[in-house]
Amino acid sequence: MKANGTVFKYGDNIDTDVIIPARYLNSSDPKELAKHCMEDAIHSTVNFVDNVKDGDIMVAEKNFGCGSSREHAPIAIKASGISCVIAKTFARIFYRNAINIGLPILECEEAADDIDMGDNVEVDFDTGVITNITKNKTYQAEPFPPFMQDMMAAGGLIEQTKVKLGLK
Amino acid sequence: MGMTMTQKILAAHAGLETVKAGQLIEAKLDIVHGNDVTTPVAVKEFNKIGVKEVFDKKKVTIVPDHFTPNKDIKSAEHCKIVREFANEKGVENYFEVGQMGIEHCLLPEAGLVVPGDVVIGADSHTCTYGALGAFSTGVGSTDMAVGMARGVAWFKVPSALKFVLKNKPAKWVSGKDIILHIIGMIGVDGALYKSMEFVGDGLKYLSMDDRFTIANMAIEAGGKNGIFPVDEKTIEYVKEHSDKEYTVFEADDDAEYDGVYEIDLSSLRPTVAFPHLPENTKTIDEVGDVDIDQVVIGSCTNGRMDDLRIAAEILKGKKVNPKLRVIILPGTQNIYLQCIDEGIAKIFVESGCVFSTPTCGPCLGGHMGILAKGERALSTTNRNFIGRMGHPESEVYLCSPAVAAASAITGRITSPENI
Repeated sequence: MKANGTVFKYGDNIDTDVIIPARYLNSSDPKELAKHCMEDAIHSTVNFVDNVKDGDIMVAEKNFGCGSSREHAPIAIKASGISCVIAKTFARIFYRNAINIGLPILECEEAADDIDMGDNVEVDFDTGVITNITKNKTYQAEPFPPFMQDMMAAGGLIEQTKVKLGLK
Repeated sequence: MGMTMTQKILAAHAGLETVKAGQLIEAKLDIVHGNDVTTPVAVKEFNKIGVKEVFDKKKVTIVPDHFTPNKDIKSAEHCKIVREFANEKGVENYFEVGQMGIEHCLLPEAGLVVPGDVVIGADSHTCTYGALGAFSTGVGSTDMAVGMARGVAWFKVPSALKFVLKNKPAKWVSGKDIILHIIGMIGVDGALYKSMEFVGDGLKYLSMDDRFTIANMAIEAGGKNGIFPVDEKTIEYVKEHSDKEYTVFEADDDAEYDGVYEIDLSSLRPTVAFPHLPENTKTIDEVGDVDIDQVVIGSCTNGRMDDLRIAAEILKGKKVNPKLRVIILPGTQNIYLQCIDEGIAKIFVESGCVFSTPTCGPCLGGHMGILAKGERALSTTNRNFIGRMGHPESEVYLCSPAVAAASAITGRITSPENI
């Protein structure tokens, strides 16, 4: 499976309050949440909601998704059309939430350093190879352990749980 | 090779003799918890699984505390989903408005978490219960849903950092100052994916409320959990609050740590975190002139009796600076009552503070004290991210209840030593 899209690039410590501010957490509708995704990223040069297209890719530096446990954060990103998030590191609750809901994420320091806002990037999830088409470069991301690959292949934790419980 | 305290608890709940850092395990859960923001999403996911009942009606806890008493129609609809789910599934530990408090103040007080437990909660500050010698960590709504269905969760066994706390802290240095100092030292991702184990002779000077505050903010250093050894104070607290059986786990002498930090508590000063990260700390002596518009005292970090008593000690007989709004929220109904019994409620109201029902409210910019553009709050809460308490161009400074109360009198960030 591959993803290809234009990059929205962010820095260190992008927290869940920036990804989806708490003033919108009175809704749990993915489409409604997507309307306000990255709304408080006030230092970004590009407005996310006005420009994001299906398949686009989010790239950030360290500790992406720190702060609250709100699953609304990966839900909002996924519902915005983002096909993959690449970062140097992820905060742990965001990491597990993304895997649980089937939002592909990859840790790759080199890619996070090198990729810029607006680059065209392709990601091969089977090999972990990230290709920066704009800059004609490739980077190798850490592959997921088999446990997590199985969960993502099943379509997330809920689908995997159904199988385990014999409900599917 | 020995195991850390966290690893021992996880091994016991996974039915394994030993575990090591990095290992993926499935562990049995003693409590699965959620609130009014995260539970509606968990209910939706739970219903997709197709099981009829929750795994154990006593072991699921739901506390609507974030946007309650309902702040608007959408929040009311969310709370209705949660209430109906709790009723339909017979969830015994659902706390309606009137009984509810701020979740992480309430669950220990209600005796629902004891030493040796494994707890997941769909709220990042679930790590608070590490103060009781439990393994306790924040997760998302899907984990809560599967936890409610199966009574298990997957974990990657964490490695650990050890914090050796030594000596006695000074009068105005509290658990909040200790954890802000640590976050300032290691950074907001300094403990990423790791346990933070707090040990040392300094623990004997820390009340349970101090320990709850310290464990509560392990997440602000990126930690998976924060945990304290079980001592006489823990046992006394547990006996007072709970009938549940508990198990005491201790780290092995030869447990491995990724890092060991020694902290002389007697050298610490009241500490403030500047916008927009909890790691941007300064001691009170380095703060300079910072005028404020609002003070908040409360939250799962600092809404307990120790916190409100020290605020009252400072505010007694004084008046809040007239240019400020000061909002004080007790953590639970019992704390609220205790404040009335001890005359603390009277001190707050007479000094010009709002003293109101428990809610997370302003901490996450929900309600009960939202900031306008350009406004600045000094708060005993846990996060000071951009837009956390309101407008994206407002600011939040984090501090202890003592610094907050002292600053409420002067209108600028002030040391309690100067009041």
